[in-house]
Amino acid sequence: MSDNTETVTDERISYLEGLVRQAKTAAAVFTQYTQEDVDRIVKPMVVAGLEQAQYLARLAIEETKLGVMEDKAIKNMVATEFVYNYVKDKRTVGQIAEYPERNLVEMAEPIGVIFSLLPITNPTSTVLFKCIMAIKTRNAVIFSPHPSAGHCCYEAVRIMYETAVKHGAPEGVFTCLESHNLQDNAYMMHHKDVGLIDATGGPGMVKAAYSSGKPALGVGPGNTPVYLEKSADLNMAVVDIITSKTFDNGTICASEQTVVIDDEIYDIVLEKFAELGSHICNEKETELLGRTVIDPKTGFMQPLAVGQKATAIARMIGLKVKPHTKLLIAPIEGVGREYPLSVEKLFPVLAVYRAKSVDEALKVCIDVNYAGGVGHTAVVFSRNDDVIRKFGEVINAGRIIVNSPGSIGALGGVYNDLVPTFSFGCGTGGGNSTTDNVNVFHYLNIKRVARRTQAHMWFRVPNQIYFNMNAVENLRQFKSRSTVVITNPAMEQIGHLDTVRRNIPPETLVHVSVIPDAEPEVQVVMQGVEALKFYRADQIIALGGGSVIDAAKIMKLKYESPEADLEELAAPFLDLRKRVVQYPTEKINRARLIAISTTSGTGSEVTPFAVLTDKEHGRKVTLADYSLSPDVAIVDPQFVMSMPKGLTADTGIDCLTHALEAGVSIFASPYTDSNAFQAIRLVFRYLPIAYEQPNDEEARTMMHNAACIAAIAFSNASVGVNHALAHAFGARFHVAHGRANALMLPHVIAFNAGVPTKFMPSPNQRGYIAHKKYAMVADLLGLGGDTVEEKVKNLVVATEQLLDRLAVPRSIAELGISKEEFEQAMPELVKNAFDDPSWRSNPRMPLLSELVELFWSAYKGRGETKAEVASRPQRGDEVLV
Amino acid sequence: MTMIDAWVDVDGNGVADALRERGEKLDSGGNVFLDFSVVGRLDPGGLRALEDFVGAADGKAVKVTLRGVNVYVYKVLKLARLSSRIAFVN
Repeated sequence: MSDNTETVTDERISYLEGLVRQAKTAAAVFTQYTQEDVDRIVKPMVVAGLEQAQYLARLAIEETKLGVMEDKAIKNMVATEFVYNYVKDKRTVGQIAEYPERNLVEMAEPIGVIFSLLPITNPTSTVLFKCIMAIKTRNAVIFSPHPSAGHCCYEAVRIMYETAVKHGAPEGVFTCLESHNLQDNAYMMHHKDVGLIDATGGPGMVKAAYSSGKPALGVGPGNTPVYLEKSADLNMAVVDIITSKTFDNGTICASEQTVVIDDEIYDIVLEKFAELGSHICNEKETELLGRTVIDPKTGFMQPLAVGQKATAIARMIGLKVKPHTKLLIAPIEGVGREYPLSVEKLFPVLAVYRAKSVDEALKVCIDVNYAGGVGHTAVVFSRNDDVIRKFGEVINAGRIIVNSPGSIGALGGVYNDLVPTFSFGCGTGGGNSTTDNVNVFHYLNIKRVARRTQAHMWFRVPNQIYFNMNAVENLRQFKSRSTVVITNPAMEQIGHLDTVRRNIPPETLVHVSVIPDAEPEVQVVMQGVEALKFYRADQIIALGGGSVIDAAKIMKLKYESPEADLEELAAPFLDLRKRVVQYPTEKINRARLIAISTTSGTGSEVTPFAVLTDKEHGRKVTLADYSLSPDVAIVDPQFVMSMPKGLTADTGIDCLTHALEAGVSIFASPYTDSNAFQAIRLVFRYLPIAYEQPNDEEARTMMHNAACIAAIAFSNASVGVNHALAHAFGARFHVAHGRANALMLPHVIAFNAGVPTKFMPSPNQRGYIAHKKYAMVADLLGLGGDTVEEKVKNLVVATEQLLDRLAVPRSIAELGISKEEFEQAMPELVKNAFDDPSWRSNPRMPLLSELVELFWSAYKGRGETKAEVASRPQRGDEVLV
Repeated sequence: MTMIDAWVDVDGNGVADALRERGEKLDSGGNVFLDFSVVGRLDPGGLRALEDFVGAADGKAVKVTLRGVNVYVYKVLKLARLSSRIAFVN
């Protein structure tokens, strides 16, 4: 509680608590009402307000001595009829909006008890407006009128309350402090049962509301600049400004304060003002006026002038004006304390400024805007769209009114389509939370009911895939003027390069670029790009394993789009479709990429990935984009018949890991499952044969297909934590990728099949299904088992047996890495594994501690003794067959 | 002390009257079961009467249990901070 509340007497507290209790009960009961219930109440309230508009206006004038009775009556009518016209069809109870395309529904929740401060300038119209908003939104309001407008406000509240209750509103829905002081307001503003403070009043009250710690709607002060630009319709502009500035004697805080007029039209405009009943002050009159209506100490307007007629203000300074003078116009030459009339003046005194240029005019408008009116309202009269746009850009006002009166324009619904209001949000510049015209939706908590939406998925593969023995013959159909073959020395030695050349149409000029048999480096790639440029290639054939094909993908990218920044393109991302970096679509060259894979593992011939070694910075750069996918893949087993046993095993396990990880990935879909599961089946059946009988053509064919099929699966479903672990471990201890995968695989299956410590968000999956999918794999392989647990266990055992048969090391310890060395490397391993994007599609989110456990499981393997390890099958000679 | 359970069927249209009448007859100790099955909506008078009733029951160490309260009425009781002072059964 603030100091103010401490001085409230017990008796007063009892009175205030009674009001809150009454409002709270009403608000609670009100929550049961339907939209139809509240709409039935609102309409008669509006009618009552319209019927009593004149009566309430007269009361306000009699009590406040501010403004014009006729205008106040109009305000009361706007506050009822115009506001009703806006709210009548609005849904404010239950479901208020639906966005089927977003699976989103908005629901209304009332605020409860609103403590509402009322101004002296627009007392009764503000009451009518707020009562209609409150009933429409099922809220109860405790009103606190300005001390000099208590009676008229009380009467307005009474009329609204009686009508509302008569038509079904809960008793106690509106109450009004009969008399009040700052302590009462402070007490209410801090009350725990008050949900919102709606402060329409002076800056002090608004500040107090915002300082209370409660949610508050407050109206900032205004100081409306007007730019009257030379292209404007001057007759319309002058009439609009007079209409607005004299409306209710200028008490609306959105009314015009300083009109900045282009030099070329300045004299004409002043003549028109004079013709229509304005008095143009001379220098002396302006000075006198400034001293009288503006407090020289504070720099703010004098309360005694607020809402008075122009003639009355003229009398205050002993100025003789014509009897029906509407407006006093005071030329000023600047903005600030030296020019007192450049501030807000809620009475019919208007400052004018002659501007020599658009630039000067806009600067003066900015000065006026920032001299006490930030965020409120500004007006521009112009036919020049550029001027209007620029004015809108530089002026900080919640309402920028174009070619219409400021005050009535800002109220909304008359001259424009702004929401009708009696409360102007002024944004942060005015110390408010909104720049809106306050309306029913500010009296609601809007709840969003967001239904689960399935993410759009995709399944993308290269346009053409040719497979089975001699598929390379399909090269003949691709017409090319200049083809560059990217390959490595081994392909030349084995004779694969000749095989490819024989199948390229004879009319094609063929050039060969031999690159080292290692992960491509930037320098190698750029040399290849130079070759492509030199030969003006229209076709690239990549012949080799993953490294060669990856190099060719990047060469093609840089050849077609030389501006592509590889470092930028390698930026991390979570969702391919929402990534920050976009791959280039503009190409200065075009070349078809045909990938002929000579290993059965990476599947690079169909994937959208490419890995590049950046030796200069000592790191690997992974590029991923479907534009990297080869145009044509040739999966011809003749190129893998001579693969050594070790490579057959390592690449085969890589293929199996791709398929198993894609199968349980959070991005798995029926499309990827069909590929992943088929690849798993082929690997279990044919990998041992291809390993043990390298010349078995069927086994080689099936394994080559399996690698491609698994790659199709993981190109669309991605991989998982196994790859993250293997990448980190392989890089640190220089272990081949497939072998590193093998060390992790059984442990990762067991890990993913367990109950996750942390689930991975996966909108497309209904519940955790990794263990069930492993069980499906076990069924597919005919491994037996009655329960999911048994099936998963059987899959782990079958995987272990397969790895044993392929004679790959089964523990990290077996590689000769000491426990101490491994322990020392652990922080780096865990960091790099966690940084690796692969696990982000894993079904189970790995905690850092779990990555440590997985690494140690892989280190220990099955905990075999040396004798047991020695008794396992050993790998044969790794010579070319 | 003898613990007497009292059962009261609350009429949907006369919540306030029913509670006032019953409140005057509250004995010390025991349980009062109020059947709200047919109370579709609470009005301010009904809510105030229930607040008074629960206040009186608290004073006499009587446990108040409401049966069959619909979710809208339950929310009213929650907003009025009454729900924590009452037991509910379906």
